[in-house]
Amino acid sequence: MALDKNGIAKRIAQELQNGWYVNLGIGIPTLVANYVQDNIKVEFQSENGILGMGPFPLEGEEDADLINAGKQTITSLPGSSFFDSSMSFAMIRSKKIQLTVLGAMEVSDKGDIANWKIPGKMVKGMGGAMDLVASAENIIVAMQHTNRKGDSKLIEKCTLPITGLGCVKKIVTDLAVLEVSPELGFVLRERAPGVSVEEIVSKTSGRLFLPDNVPEMSL
Amino acid sequence: MISKVIHDLDEALTGLEDDMTVMFGGFGLCGIPENSIAAIRKKGTKNLTCISNNAGVDGFGLGLLLENHQIKKMISSYVGENDEFERQMLSGELEVELIPQGTLAERCRAGGSGIPAFFTPAGHGTEVAAGKEIRIFNGKPHILEHAFDASFAFVKAWKGDEAGNLIFKGTARNFNPSMAMAGKITVAEVEELLPAGSLDPNSIHIPGVFVHRIFKGNVFEKRIEQRTISKRN
Repeated sequence: MALDKNGIAKRIAQELQNGWYVNLGIGIPTLVANYVQDNIKVEFQSENGILGMGPFPLEGEEDADLINAGKQTITSLPGSSFFDSSMSFAMIRSKKIQLTVLGAMEVSDKGDIANWKIPGKMVKGMGGAMDLVASAENIIVAMQHTNRKGDSKLIEKCTLPITGLGCVKKIVTDLAVLEVSPELGFVLRERAPGVSVEEIVSKTSGRLFLPDNVPEMSL
Repeated sequence: MISKVIHDLDEALTGLEDDMTVMFGGFGLCGIPENSIAAIRKKGTKNLTCISNNAGVDGFGLGLLLENHQIKKMISSYVGENDEFERQMLSGELEVELIPQGTLAERCRAGGSGIPAFFTPAGHGTEVAAGKEIRIFNGKPHILEHAFDASFAFVKAWKGDEAGNLIFKGTARNFNPSMAMAGKITVAEVEELLPAGSLDPNSIHIPGVFVHRIFKGNVFEKRIEQRTISKRN
């Protein structure tokens, strides 16, 4: 069965390593924070100026001066710090943040990502996405395998305006975990429980490499 | 001690004229200079080019200047939580330049640091790079970006003193410090305005040298855009 949003987040949480600083984008990526394994310590960065972001506040304890990049009210944890936007992107560009998780509209088999603009529709802006993808060494995309029309979002060449080139290393969708290899394109690493390789093949339009063994994810 | 304290909002806006480029601190509605925005709306200054990460919402923040047709151009990284913004943008009344958030912040910081331009990797291979000089550093393409030049910067801080020293709170800091540095005239509104000597010099986020005018804001509504809460167990 295909994963729901929480399933995707749960699978991505398995990628987190002890001691990492992590930036989570808006949407499914935000949910990753709910599934951090008990035996590791990570700190979440939000690019509007906090390291050590905590859960949402209890009712009545919301603070208008404490929000995340999605403009949601949040809390800080012991050891957290606040800083201004230029310092925030300084730590992003200088690769102090070990993992970036973000959503996408399209990912190419070269690791290009498009996630900020649909021609003909109201453009809201790229926010911090272009800065993040241009500098982060470890980028995981969290998204559905296909769009609402049923077309594959894993394609040979992005058709939408680009956010960054050759930057995506791994993709976790409702159907699969895939890595991006410069030589092989998408490499299928894991299947969602009960999802067949054939289904993933039929819903992937970019170059797809199938290793001999593609295990089911363990969640 | 050089006092930066002003006593009314007319004095805060002295010299602000039509067609100027103006910075506004804040991220979403967090840490925006509410009192200065209200005063600019009242003054009616027109054709402003506004540098601000976002463009407010309908009826609050920069939305107040948009609905009064005071803004000619927005330079932002993320906009459009705002019907009036969308209407003006689609009808061509409002010019919009979207730039990556880190580049926006650094163009402010550079403007306040005597650095006329810098190279950044953000936006390489995208439409943001169109027409800009590209150079390779450490094997990777970078884009030349220029410092912002703004006649005014309006910022909001938590505490300030008569000397113009500023301390920010939480994530309301965001773009305020780098914009405070960049304004030719920087106007800071604060929740608490204290006598010189009341703030620990070790704790100052922005030294008063960057602040030209400081006042205590009358009202801080501090609207929340996305009120999200955890359930009590």
